[in-house]
Amino acid sequence: MDLVYDLLREAIAPTTAAFALAAIGLNFHFGLTGLLNMGQAGFMLLGMYGYAIVVREGGPIWLGILTAIACAAVFALLLGWPTLKLRGDYLAIVTIAAAEMIRYLGRSQNLNSLTGASTGIRGSDFKDSFEMLSPFPDSQVTIWVWTFHGTRSTSWWLLLVGWALVALCLLMFWRLSKSPWGRVLKGIREDEDAVRSLGKNVYSYKMQALVIGGVIGALAGIVWSLGASVQPDSMGRPTTFWIWTLLLLGGAATIFGPVLGSILFWCSLVLVKGLASMLIPSSVLSPQQLEPFSLTLVGVTLMCLVIFRPQGILGDKKELAFND
Amino acid sequence: MTDMFASVPQEPGAPKPDPIVIADKVHRHFGGLTAVDVEHFEVQRGAITALIGPNGAGKSTFFNLLTGFDKPQTGDWLFNGHSLKGVSPAKVARAGKVRTFQLTKALSRMTVLENMRLGSSDQRGENFFYAFAKPLWRDREEEITAKAHVLLKRFKLYEKKDDYAGSLSGGQRKLLEMARALMSDPEMVMLDEPMAGVNPALTESLLDHIVELKDEGVTVLFVEHDMHMVRRISDWVVVMAEGRIIAEGPPSTVMQNEQVQAAYLGSHHDEDLSELPSADELHEEASE
Repeated sequence: MDLVYDLLREAIAPTTAAFALAAIGLNFHFGLTGLLNMGQAGFMLLGMYGYAIVVREGGPIWLGILTAIACAAVFALLLGWPTLKLRGDYLAIVTIAAAEMIRYLGRSQNLNSLTGASTGIRGSDFKDSFEMLSPFPDSQVTIWVWTFHGTRSTSWWLLLVGWALVALCLLMFWRLSKSPWGRVLKGIREDEDAVRSLGKNVYSYKMQALVIGGVIGALAGIVWSLGASVQPDSMGRPTTFWIWTLLLLGGAATIFGPVLGSILFWCSLVLVKGLASMLIPSSVLSPQQLEPFSLTLVGVTLMCLVIFRPQGILGDKKELAFND
Repeated sequence: MTDMFASVPQEPGAPKPDPIVIADKVHRHFGGLTAVDVEHFEVQRGAITALIGPNGAGKSTFFNLLTGFDKPQTGDWLFNGHSLKGVSPAKVARAGKVRTFQLTKALSRMTVLENMRLGSSDQRGENFFYAFAKPLWRDREEEITAKAHVLLKRFKLYEKKDDYAGSLSGGQRKLLEMARALMSDPEMVMLDEPMAGVNPALTESLLDHIVELKDEGVTVLFVEHDMHMVRRISDWVVVMAEGRIIAEGPPSTVMQNEQVQAAYLGSHHDEDLSELPSADELHEEASE
C-alpha cells in the first residue's frame, strides 16, 4: 500500500509539474518547430538563479519571476542569434555546451557570493516570501488520499501554483499551436526553405519559438527550486535528457504529451525502485544501487517504447508514415 | 509565337517590350567553377518563358539567385523596377515572385489544407501576440480557407484536403506546391522542373494549369528538360549552357540554333562532360 501511496504522491509532486513545464517548453522547440534544444536544463537553472538571487536580496516575487524570464529570453537570443541560420544540429551542440557553461559558471568559486558555488542557494534563503503567500494552513493537510504540508517546500501551495502554471502553459500551447503562428512553426519543422519561399521570415519565427520555450523552461526551474533548493548539479545533462525522454514518451507535438510523459516517467521510477526494494534482497542489490538500477531499467523500457512506438503514447501513428 | 514577342530579336539577352524581370551581369562561381555568368536577361510580363539547357548549365542556380536563395558575387536584378539584390527569399516572395522547387517541398506532416493556408500572405494570426486572440484572425482564416478550397478544386486535390501532404503521390505534391504558391496571388511564379518525377497521366493537367496561370495574367518562368513540354506551352525559350545564355527565341525555332544543338549534343566531343561536376551538385554541396 505504501508503494501505491508513493506513486499517487509522485504523480502530482512539484518535480513532476516542473518537468511537465520544462517539457512543454521543449515541445515549442522540438514538437512545433523542430529545434533541437539540448540545453533545457540550462534554461531551468537560469530561471531558478534569476528568481532565487533577486528574492534572496530582498526583491519582490514578481521581480524575481521577471528576472528569471528575462534571463531565459536573453539566453535564448544569444544562443539563437548565431545558430538559427545554420542547420539544426548546430543548435543542439551550442545549447548543450551553453547549458553546461551556465552550470559550471554557477558552481564556480568566484561567484560564491552570488550563486553559492557548488552548494547552491539554500531553500530557506529565498522560499519564505513565496511560502508566506500560501492560503493553506501552516501544518499537514490531507485532501482525499494525499497528505502534504500546507505551506512548506513540497506543499499544497506549491502544487497549486505549479499545476496552475502547467495548465496555463498547456492552454497557451493549445491556442498557439492551432493558430496561424503555430502553422508557420510546423511548416518550418517540415521544411524551412518551403516556408521561406512562401514569404515568411523563418529566422524570426525560430527565434520566437526558442525564446518562448526557454522562458517556460525558466518557470519550470522556479517551480523545481521552490520544491527543493537551487542546486546547479541537479540541472546537468541528465536533466535535459530526462525532459527529452518524457516528451518523446508522452508524444512530441501533442498537447498533453509532456504532462502524461512526466507523470509516467516519475511514477515508473518510483514503481521500479519500490518493487526492486521489495523483491530483490539487499545482499544482491544494496539500497544505494537501487537508484541507478531503476534508472537503467526505466531507460531500457523507454528505448523499447521509442523503438516500437516512436510517436509516443499520444502521438498519431499516421504522421510517422512519411518521415522523409 | 505570341504577338508580344513579334518585335523581339532572337538573340541572347534580347530586350522585351514589357519586362517584369531584368537581370544584369549576374555572376556566381563556386570556387573556380563558374555556375552562372549572365550578361543581360529579361522576362516578358504575362508570358510563359522556359529556361532550358543541358545538365549543369546553371539553370537552377540562376533560379536560386533570382529568388534570393543564393547570392551572386556580382550583378543586379530588378523585379517590377525594384532591385532584389541581396533581398531575402521571404521578401522576394512577399514582393510577388513565388517559386517552387525541383525536389518538391510538400510539408508532409501537415494536411493539404494547412499547406494551402500557409501559402497565404497578410495573415495577422501569424504574429505571436495576435495569435492568442482568435477573433483577431478568424475572419481572415475563413477567407483564406475559402480561397484554398477553390484552388484545391481547380487542382483536383479537394478530396485530399484533410489528408497529410506526405500521403500524396509525387505528381499530386507538384500540384499542391503550385496551388500553394498561388495562395498569395503572386504576379510571377517560377517553377523549377515542374514535370520532374510526374506520372505522364498527370503531365497534361499540369500543363493545362500552367497555361491557365498565364490566362489569369500571371507571369511564368520555368526550368524544364522535357522539350515536348517546352514546345507545347512556352511563348519564349531561353537556352543556357555553361552558365551563360546562349540563345533566345520562340520554341518552334530556338532548337534549330547551331549553338543550342552544340550545347545539347556536345561541341566538346573530345571531353567527357559527364565527368565534370554539375553546377547544381556543387551548389548543393556548398549550401550544406
